[in-house]
Amino acid sequence: MSIMQDSREATMVGRRSDGTPVRRPLSPHLQVYDMLQMTSALSISHRITGVIWSVGAAVMVWWLVAAASGPEAFATVQWFLGSFIGILFLMGLTGAAWFHTLAGVRHLLWDAGWGYDIPTVYKTGRAVLVGTGVLTAATWLALLMSW
Amino acid sequence: MSHSTGESPRQAQLRTPLGRVRGAGSAKSGVAHWWGQRVTSIALLPLTIWFIASLATSAGMPHHVAQAWIGHPLNAVLLLALIGLTFHHIAAGLQVVIEDYVKPEGRKMAAVLAVKFACTLLALAAALAVLRIAV
Repeated sequence: MSIMQDSREATMVGRRSDGTPVRRPLSPHLQVYDMLQMTSALSISHRITGVIWSVGAAVMVWWLVAAASGPEAFATVQWFLGSFIGILFLMGLTGAAWFHTLAGVRHLLWDAGWGYDIPTVYKTGRAVLVGTGVLTAATWLALLMSW
Repeated sequence: MSHSTGESPRQAQLRTPLGRVRGAGSAKSGVAHWWGQRVTSIALLPLTIWFIASLATSAGMPHHVAQAWIGHPLNAVLLLALIGLTFHHIAAGLQVVIEDYVKPEGRKMAAVLAVKFACTLLALAAALAVLRIAV
């Protein structure tokens, strides 16, 4: 089949009982699913930010190993973290880390059985987003002031 | 056999009849994994906030300052805890992501094992670095 132009083309080729082919409809799936709902968007973001933070943890290992190796190795890692790419990476990492932290607290509250009704889900979801912005900005303010 | 074969409709086991016939079990330690992820996340909350706050307020520190900070007994102990818990949590989290998206079973197992090996090695390298500076 060709590339789909319309969600109504989401069909499968089946056969009638007499053997003649027929296009039967499929249930609505990704092509008609609203991907930008707060609930699903924050859910997949929690996973993505967790994976990003794993990369950040590897950089933490690099930083610690370099500090133990000597001044030259440490100068290299400090140079990278202070470079344009490094600062961009650290800024993204700070945002991802705060998001994963706050969304993780939200998950712990759910695990404790709290906050399952839809208004609360949206309220805590917005709190996670606002909190991520505020705490990321505060972290970088502290960083710039101590620089 | 302790199985009651009488007419009692009460289910003695929580497993389905099909599951009992297949006898495969879950083959995973789901409950321990689930709890491990939650407990490490709670422990990591104060530890990561301490780590981020410490680094954010001393950006671009020179080598001897970094060594003094890592080598301080309190910081060294907290760093070792942070390292162990972080990579335990990462291994558990990435395992779930891999199990959800990677197929077939062989590639899935290989990816989970690779993640666990990498996390173990990174944690050991980081811990050795802290100990070399602190001890």
